[in-house]
Amino acid sequence: MASDPIKKVSGRAVFVAGDDIDTDRIIPARFMKCITFDGLGDYLFYDVRKTEKGEDKPHNLNDPKFAGASILISGNNFGCGSSREHAPQAIMRAGFNAVIAGSFAEIFFGNSTNLGIVCACASDADRKQLVATIEAEPSTEVTIDVVNQQIQFGQYSIPFEIKPGAKDSFLSGSYDPLDELLEGASSVDAVVSQLAYMQGA
Amino acid sequence: MGKSLFEKVWEAHSVRQLANGQTQLLIGTHLIHEVTSPQAFGMLRDKGIPVRFPHRTFATVDHIVPTDEKSEPFSDALADAMIKEIRRNCEQHGITFFDLASGKQGIVHIVGPEQGITQPGTTIACGDSHTSTHGAFGAIAFGIGTSQVRDVLATQTIALNRLKVRRINVEGKLGPGVYAKDVILHIIRLLGTQGGTGFAYEYAGSVFDNFTMEERMTVCNMSIEGGARVGYVNPDPTTFDYLKGRPYAPKGADWDAAVERWSSFASDPDCAYDDVVTIRAESIAPTVTWGITPGQAIFINENIPAAENAKDAAEKASIEEALEHMHFIGDTPILGTPIDVAFLGSCTNGRLSDLQEVAQYLRGRKVADNVKAIVVPGSQGVSMIAEQMGLDKIYKDAGFEWRGAGCSMCLAMNPDKLIGDQLCASSSNRNFKGRQGSPTGRTLLMSPLMVAAAAVEGKVADAREVFSVHEKQTALA
Repeated sequence: MASDPIKKVSGRAVFVAGDDIDTDRIIPARFMKCITFDGLGDYLFYDVRKTEKGEDKPHNLNDPKFAGASILISGNNFGCGSSREHAPQAIMRAGFNAVIAGSFAEIFFGNSTNLGIVCACASDADRKQLVATIEAEPSTEVTIDVVNQQIQFGQYSIPFEIKPGAKDSFLSGSYDPLDELLEGASSVDAVVSQLAYMQGA
Repeated sequence: MGKSLFEKVWEAHSVRQLANGQTQLLIGTHLIHEVTSPQAFGMLRDKGIPVRFPHRTFATVDHIVPTDEKSEPFSDALADAMIKEIRRNCEQHGITFFDLASGKQGIVHIVGPEQGITQPGTTIACGDSHTSTHGAFGAIAFGIGTSQVRDVLATQTIALNRLKVRRINVEGKLGPGVYAKDVILHIIRLLGTQGGTGFAYEYAGSVFDNFTMEERMTVCNMSIEGGARVGYVNPDPTTFDYLKGRPYAPKGADWDAAVERWSSFASDPDCAYDDVVTIRAESIAPTVTWGITPGQAIFINENIPAAENAKDAAEKASIEEALEHMHFIGDTPILGTPIDVAFLGSCTNGRLSDLQEVAQYLRGRKVADNVKAIVVPGSQGVSMIAEQMGLDKIYKDAGFEWRGAGCSMCLAMNPDKLIGDQLCASSSNRNFKGRQGSPTGRTLLMSPLMVAAAAVEGKVADAREVFSVHEKQTALA
């Protein structure tokens, strides 16, 4: 499924503080009792945002100042833990197109890339500048320029890292790999024929 | 220059390079469960794509299964819909499903090895991060997301970046009462929760040479908690002995050929690693987590860290956040902390040898009055053998609830959950906030015997003292 290329992502941003934000935090397991991903956006960071009675806690994600944000900012090792794709699905379905963090856990990064969510790694100092800017002025437009690997906001421009393969996939619109994998069918058969344990049935 | 197991398996399963530089990698064995597969089947249905190699996908049901009352329909309608969905998908596509009535159902990472599906020199993927467990057999095994489950169903391949390889040697002899769980908690503590990002971990050294397959699985299981998507041990006679005679293991002449092939995948002595770490076994003591990541761990006799001793602002914030959630005070002992719940089970420590090891010490002991203790065999297979051995009676006599197979209280997708801010001594793998089902619930990860010690004492205790563990006893069987 060739998708549209993603050359830049623009929008307002919101900060969720902390390192090692795990995927249980992003979407608690009890909300994974589902057979489709529909509606998962409602449960994004549920226990971070809500009290046990379901009332809003004071949190950036509940703050009207940041309503409509489409870029999430967080700390290091974002998305660690469970491989659940429900986490990036919840992020996407809550209206986010990109996450800017110090670093990403590997499975989360791959799952997000497949969905077209841009995961950009920026340094602690640069993210601090970004967070200070958006917290002072939540309407600040943040632009992630995938081609040049720069994040622009107000008068600033900061660099970010992204795996070359993921960058190429966004720029060519091939971040969902299924079509390309299907095209390799005859090569798959050749490899299968060499592996004893793949025979049978 | 020789090659590592990782390189050999990767090369044997590489289909081609994709336009973005990633590898199209063949996934020889695909395991699925009810939580992360239904959407993948839905995507195939939407696109009208069939399952390419149905005989290479194996399914079971584990996360949502109640461990007490298993009759259907489940009282939880959502859970009931999920089991029906995987049953339907497997029927429709001709996929082997180890269903509740099969006698083979259980946690997917316990069922695969038990059935002999997990084999050396293979690639294994499952929509579950603890798929690294299967690396214990010298397989390259890793967790994937649901879109990749779709890719495997449709093509038997995924797009992946090649990993670097870090060899972790643990040399020497573990002290009495120190287990595989302590080894992996210690490794994560040393290398950090993101230290393994981009790496496959190759576990080696005399400790791993002497480990049983079940001990190797415990370590490989938690690789992802250290950031490593893949963790493996080179195959050896211990591996082959475990597999021989299992339902899906090769038979007769095929067996001898398989052993020869499997052996050839082991890392060559002269291969190069991207990194090597060596740890002395004697330096490892029973380990307990005190915080909200598996890397926040200390030896049982150490004090909980204090925020003021943090090395930088980020660590200070992490310690403060963890102490607040755990209701702990920095620079105080973890020993003696009262617990509410003891959970023995999970894909980390729900195997027969875990239940045997604890049972031999638990005989004649009683769970403390204030503690709810449950033991959950990882599979129906484990449960059956344990009951034949009379282990269930030992646990029940001690005051544990003896449950049916499933993921249970490792995560909160079935009726087994913490309530409020209960503190749980747990043999599972994650102590994240809310992991065990209550947003304010608190988890202490530790070895099965340490869980039993905490259950008996009603508080965090040193199992070596509680059970007078001196020399490592041989298991009951």
